Amino acid sequence: MTEVTVVDIIGYIVILVGVLFDLLGAIGLVRFPDVYNRLQSATKSVTLGTFGIMIGILIVTGFTPLGIKALICGVFLLLTAPVSAHALSRGSLRFGAKMWKGTVIDSYGKDKLGGPQIESEEGETKESKEKEDEVA
Amino acid sequence: MRRVVLFVLSYGLWLLLTLPGGDWPVYVVGAVLALLVAIFFGAEFTHRPLSFLNPRRWFWGIIYIPVFFWHMLVANLDVAFRVLHPACPVKPGIVKVKTALKTDVAKAFLANSITLTPGTMTVDVDEDVLYVHWIDVFGDGEDIEANTKVIVAKFEKYLMRIFE
Repeated sequence: MTEVTVVDIIGYIVILVGVLFDLLGAIGLVRFPDVYNRLQSATKSVTLGTFGIMIGILIVTGFTPLGIKALICGVFLLLTAPVSAHALSRGSLRFGAKMWKGTVIDSYGKDKLGGPQIESEEGETKESKEKEDEVA
Repeated sequence: MRRVVLFVLSYGLWLLLTLPGGDWPVYVVGAVLALLVAIFFGAEFTHRPLSFLNPRRWFWGIIYIPVFFWHMLVANLDVAFRVLHPACPVKPGIVKVKTALKTDVAKAFLANSITLTPGTMTVDVDEDVLYVHWIDVFGDGEDIEANTKVIVAKFEKYLMRIFE
């Protein structure tokens, strides 16, 4: 069994922090009220969390083939995760997924979709209720 | 010219990915793939390939990394606070911000940086206007100047030096 050095311990701590951020992102996914807030938590926390895990691997293994691959994975993750968040949020707005009723302003809906895409105060829009009735 | 730069970049990436190298087929396959990438996607690549060699851009790029990670860490602690707070305090909305950046690459990086930093997520880009979903809107969100100051200004000065 190899000896555990200080560098290893730092690496494991970084991995642990990454896992914690991933966990927080997952909790946010459940707790936040609408698609867009959930995407916020899902992209931010999960990107940094996973990047932290990759950096942790790099620290533990050093600049070995494995460590360099982890670093490249992390960099690609940083470059691509925001793109998917952008695509998902734009897609859901265009599809008509309404924003939470506490939303303050919707400039995008006002400019591009002919009116803010915000839920009415009762919690559900008329259309979504009709859809639910049809399903029922 | 830009095909040559793209070839060098993609072959370098291949060599990094296939460390520690190995037999000659590894290098040959990598060269063929990099060549195909350079031929097919060279037209989509940057129009000023020589700017890759400009040390001033690299310098600001390296300065940008710690700045970006600092904001990203703050962003995550912010999201963590909101997630763990019993009342889940959010005041979301989509606001407009303006950017002074001109090139597509710079705008793409700005949008990505915004998405990964405190409470903001880029929804769409339209010329010089970015639509940003903000988890904690400043005031009523109508003031484009104020939004721009809070969301964009901290990255813009770096990105302008790196990409333009």
